[in-house]
Amino acid sequence: MGDLKLMKGNEALSEAMIRAGCDAYFGYPITPQSEVLEYLAREASARTGMVVLQAESEVAAINMIYGAAGAGRRVMTTSSSPGISLMQEGLSYIASAELPCLLANVVRGGPGLGTIQPSQADYFQSVKGGGHGDYKLIVLAPSSVQEMVDFVKLGFELGEKYRNPVMILTDGAIGQMMEKVVLFEQMPRKTEFPDWATTGKKPGKDRNYITSLHIQSEKMEEINLRLQAKYKEIEKNEIRYQTVNLEDAEYVFTGFGLVARICIKAMEMARAKGYKVGVIRPITVFPFPTQVYADVAPQLKGILDVEMNAGQMVEDVRLSVNGATKVEFYGRMGGMIPSPEEILENFERIYIKGETK
Amino acid sequence: MSERTYVDIEAELTDQPINFDEDICLAENVVYIKPQTLIDVPMHYCPGCGHSTAHKILMEVVDEMGIQEEIIGVAPVGCSVFAYHYMNVDMQEAAHGRACAVATGIKRIMPEKYVFTYQGDGDLAAIGTAETVHAANRGENILVVFINNGIYGMTSGQMAPTTLPGMVTTTSPYGRDVKTQGYPLYISNLLANLPGVAYVSRHSVHTPNNVRKAKKSIAKALEYQKQGLGFCMVEIVTNCPSNWKMTPKQSNQFVEEKMIPFYPLGDIKVPEGK
Repeated sequence: MGDLKLMKGNEALSEAMIRAGCDAYFGYPITPQSEVLEYLAREASARTGMVVLQAESEVAAINMIYGAAGAGRRVMTTSSSPGISLMQEGLSYIASAELPCLLANVVRGGPGLGTIQPSQADYFQSVKGGGHGDYKLIVLAPSSVQEMVDFVKLGFELGEKYRNPVMILTDGAIGQMMEKVVLFEQMPRKTEFPDWATTGKKPGKDRNYITSLHIQSEKMEEINLRLQAKYKEIEKNEIRYQTVNLEDAEYVFTGFGLVARICIKAMEMARAKGYKVGVIRPITVFPFPTQVYADVAPQLKGILDVEMNAGQMVEDVRLSVNGATKVEFYGRMGGMIPSPEEILENFERIYIKGETK
Repeated sequence: MSERTYVDIEAELTDQPINFDEDICLAENVVYIKPQTLIDVPMHYCPGCGHSTAHKILMEVVDEMGIQEEIIGVAPVGCSVFAYHYMNVDMQEAAHGRACAVATGIKRIMPEKYVFTYQGDGDLAAIGTAETVHAANRGENILVVFINNGIYGMTSGQMAPTTLPGMVTTTSPYGRDVKTQGYPLYISNLLANLPGVAYVSRHSVHTPNNVRKAKKSIAKALEYQKQGLGFCMVEIVTNCPSNWKMTPKQSNQFVEEKMIPFYPLGDIKVPEGK
């Protein structure tokens, strides 16, 4: 068992990064995640020799990630919504060149400069690609400070396993709130690097080059087919989710990240009133846990999807149940967090009283 | 000694045609071989383009320093996007303008290796200005080979940040009007003012003498990188016969008569005591 500490989400994530043997962090300050760069600047280099560099922009940061990931290193960046938008170009190149790396989006309310308060409005951007071209990130959605720690380690492992960028999709509340966490032991930094890495040409071997440019359409289609096959493989192997009280459930509350925790509280309140409610929380939002919804749908009278956005994951839930049950949505936007009472009230309005609005 | 011009050299060459009957192919008479780190494939560059020469001298320096296994290059977006098809060293292809950021990532993680970027004027001095200026200002210990031909070659001849005033391009069809289209950017001079920058030198590859000087400058810059002196840039003022709508010969005359007076050759900044 590792150390037990009381930590802020952003700091716990930073500590996990150091302990996971991360080789380099490149980032740019933005609220609500600036603690990451601050924590690493204070702690990392003296402890593990990890490179920590404040870039001139998120555009530069993600391209520094490209360079260091291309050298086969364990690298990470973090940002919040407007900064993640700036990284989309680089992410598309990274996904195409199949470079493993980890990023965290501590989401704030948008669109535009928006607000610094928590939001989940970047779901589409995170799970459907985000930049140009057909590609996917592996996206992990923590709902606690503990998972901010655990998913750093998991994220690095998944990225390296599939040579794919991985995103921790979290929000300003989890980034800022303090909870107790169990930290894993310090892992050594890597000393051996993959054979595709550009670390200097090896004697007697061809040079390595990393590119996303394949000017022949036939070749570019081949690359696309390979990427799609990889995403299928990820969908087959890496789906993670949590369910609560599904056995006798007539209704399901569903949401990811922070909202899933609020859904669990709302479920408890609903059960106390005699409603048979369960909860499904996707932990990976790509790959999306389609089957768990499809399997439970026939026994349900309906699903209430709750998000801190205008209704994004709800589309994936509807695709998953494919009409087998009703899927309704309740959401707050612009940095507002739904309360358990609100969720229960809207559940009763929709499913018990049958009011549409 | 006055420098021979491109025109002089051509005149000399036409006067003295090569005699293929002589034993110039004998091993003992070899005075020049292609650099071993330049991959022996046909290049996609247009006839007469300076890129191939710039590639060659860079790889010659890598050969001569014996650092093929210790150097990592970053290719840009632009005509030299395929540089990694010709340079037999580990390379990464960067997004448009981001080469200096990519090089930063590589160099920071492997400070013991040599790292260079090879970028055109649009890549380095338009879309990538921020990445270039900040890498320079941080004193990133990298070499930037900057190819300035005053035009966007890959996209077929649009105005570049370095296009001369009055120069006709597809997006300045009446000639670059500095009042509405801005002035050519002296990016090398601008960077030379930054304390993190160790060495900035401007060259051309349009005559053999200039090729030799450019090569020496690249060698110096890599030597400075070895010494950890900071950011080094070698600018190469060159031609674009296809998009300037000129023959190779005309384009080299243009380099000499128009480009070089505007972008004077020579050292702009040298490390203290060098």
